Amino acid sequence: MTVQELPGAAAYRPTPPPAWKPLTDPAPLLPDPEPYRVLGTDAAAHADPELLLRLYGELVRGRRYNTQATALTRQGRLAVYPSSTGQEACEVAAALVLEERDWLFPSYRDTLAAVARGLDPVDALTLLRGDRHTGYDPREHRIAPLCTPLATQLPHAVGLAHAARLKGDDVVALAMVGDGGTSEGDFHEALNFAAVWRAPVVFLVQNNGFAISVPLAKQTAAPSLAHKAVGYGMPGRLVDGNDAVAVHQVLGEAVARARRGGGPTLVEAVTYRMEAHTNADDATRYRGDSEVEAWRQHDPILLLERDLTGRGLLDEERIGTVREAAERMAAGLREQMNADPVLDPMDLFTHVYEQQTGQLREQAARLRDELEAEHDESGAEERR
Amino acid sequence: MTTAAATAGERAGAVRPATMAQALGRALRDAMAEDPTVHVLGEDVGTLGGVFRVTDGLAKEFGDDRCTDTPLAEAGILGAAVGMAMYGLRPVVEMQFDAFAYPAFEQLVSHAAKMRNRTRGAMPLPITVRVPYGGGIGGVEHHSDSSEAYYMATPGLHVVMPATVEDAYGLLRQSIASDDPVVFLEPKRLYWSKAAWSAEAPAPVEPIGRAVVRRPGRSATLITYGPSLPVCMEAAEAAISEGWDLEVVDLRSLVPFDDETVAASVRRTGRAVVVHESSGFGGPGGEIAARVTERCFHHLEAPVLRVAGFDIPYPPPMQERHHLPGVDRVLDAVARLQWEAES
Repeated sequence: MTVQELPGAAAYRPTPPPAWKPLTDPAPLLPDPEPYRVLGTDAAAHADPELLLRLYGELVRGRRYNTQATALTRQGRLAVYPSSTGQEACEVAAALVLEERDWLFPSYRDTLAAVARGLDPVDALTLLRGDRHTGYDPREHRIAPLCTPLATQLPHAVGLAHAARLKGDDVVALAMVGDGGTSEGDFHEALNFAAVWRAPVVFLVQNNGFAISVPLAKQTAAPSLAHKAVGYGMPGRLVDGNDAVAVHQVLGEAVARARRGGGPTLVEAVTYRMEAHTNADDATRYRGDSEVEAWRQHDPILLLERDLTGRGLLDEERIGTVREAAERMAAGLREQMNADPVLDPMDLFTHVYEQQTGQLREQAARLRDELEAEHDESGAEERR
Repeated sequence: MTTAAATAGERAGAVRPATMAQALGRALRDAMAEDPTVHVLGEDVGTLGGVFRVTDGLAKEFGDDRCTDTPLAEAGILGAAVGMAMYGLRPVVEMQFDAFAYPAFEQLVSHAAKMRNRTRGAMPLPITVRVPYGGGIGGVEHHSDSSEAYYMATPGLHVVMPATVEDAYGLLRQSIASDDPVVFLEPKRLYWSKAAWSAEAPAPVEPIGRAVVRRPGRSATLITYGPSLPVCMEAAEAAISEGWDLEVVDLRSLVPFDDETVAASVRRTGRAVVVHESSGFGGPGGEIAARVTERCFHHLEAPVLRVAGFDIPYPPPMQERHHLPGVDRVLDAVARLQWEAES
């Protein structure tokens, strides 16, 4: 029996489906087709000279911090160092756009952002020296522990920002992740939660070209990482990650938007990892010198220095003063890192739980006995 | 009985039958009423009241911000809870089913479990992760796992398993009050078990980590927890006709593990069987048997035996009765405790 043969078929009118419309208009969420730039454009003339000089000082200091930390790995003073050389504009701007009450969620490559935020460099480096997983009180500095598993700190930033909003506190969380981290499920879940909850979070993706050895083309088929924002219903911003002024401006706008209740923003900063993944990596296995050289011409310090000297805001003398300050920081870091950290092995059992379990008490006692025996033996040897 | 009716009855101080699900819901409600930092979040916990109705009424009473339906993403839920706890809240997360908690495993193991330690005590995370767990309810694939062995192998987590209505209330209150992360394993098949109980006069609850002797006995000790407790109690009754007077110890938590109560019982009886639903190989029973042997070797008349789920993926519901340790399997193990020497 066909439809026409059905009784009353003549009167049959299909019910129209309920009207469909998009939940969010995607157009305003789309990133610009090209990374946003200030330096080298007309907009640079309008930038605040004081901010430019501050950024310059921080970039130079940051670069020196990076080279010093890498040197410390060669001297055996750091177990490993994932350098952010070439990415200082992102690191510094992320720190500078936040108020003291705001929170920073760094990845393992972002010790510089923590230092630029005011954390003692030695405390920032304990994870990589290998003496303490976290060398500072996160609540005191409002800097989450450096996160080694990829993108897992992003949902923490969302939860913290959400909690602050529920309590009525004016707090923004800025979470940092790399291009490789955007492939992780936690990246997706964090962005989705943030958008649904309208949490005051800013996600900063430093697209430095590589996840250890794997280039971006093998990581994503998206038009850009910033485009991913649209799928979550938040704006995506694409910025030149080596243009410190542009990064500072874009992140600042995203922070302001989050602060006034506008919800999260995804910022992709296009930059380049000038060093290998860490001191233990060999970048010559997966990329050529010419590529690195091309990026060297687009160095964040070079770009800013060129602009500032061109406008008469910076001269040789001033550059010398900034570099001297950076040298003093490096010398201080070197000196402090040359001292062996003092460690108490019994600490291993102290902070596993609020109250030690019976088995941890037993194990702590066993270790204490071993240490005492060791001490007695070395004492006896000395006497001989 | 609706929750509202139960609540009214409890308010009148009446001791009447309550289900474990109701006692758990009441524990959440009381914790939220007492402490404004307690937040419940998970899938379907708001309007629906959870697929097992444990969170029924909480969103209505405390609002969506205190009892929140989240997007469907377990790592995101637990990861957000970590951030909320970092800011001073006390999140109680519901993982809808045991096997659906696995996406959150990294957040649990790498962050929730380690945050106190990695910050040297500066940032403990008071998170309770409620997991409806175990089989016996005819659930299709991925709805009946016993995942406690994964959790107990992770330093930094507490692993708590209530087996009675009274403990469901008391242990959940204790878990929420704990400043450490707790994996709170709710035996699904006991959700509808009933006991005379009043939330107005709940029995005093000991801190997490104390096992309890549910049935004193002289012949042998059954060491168990969660969904296997009723099985062991039934086995102990059935054993009387065989001439065995079995002691039943309910662990109540795997972490912390109450060595004292367990060892004291086995020293008295000289024989022990560990009973749980989780697979035997690499399961909690191996750890428990080793701990008992280390502490009670000279009191043991027989090797410590284990009655556990088979070492197979959880079977389809029409086959699950063959997998789950039942009374007969427990009694068979008791029979193998080398009684020959006694006669």
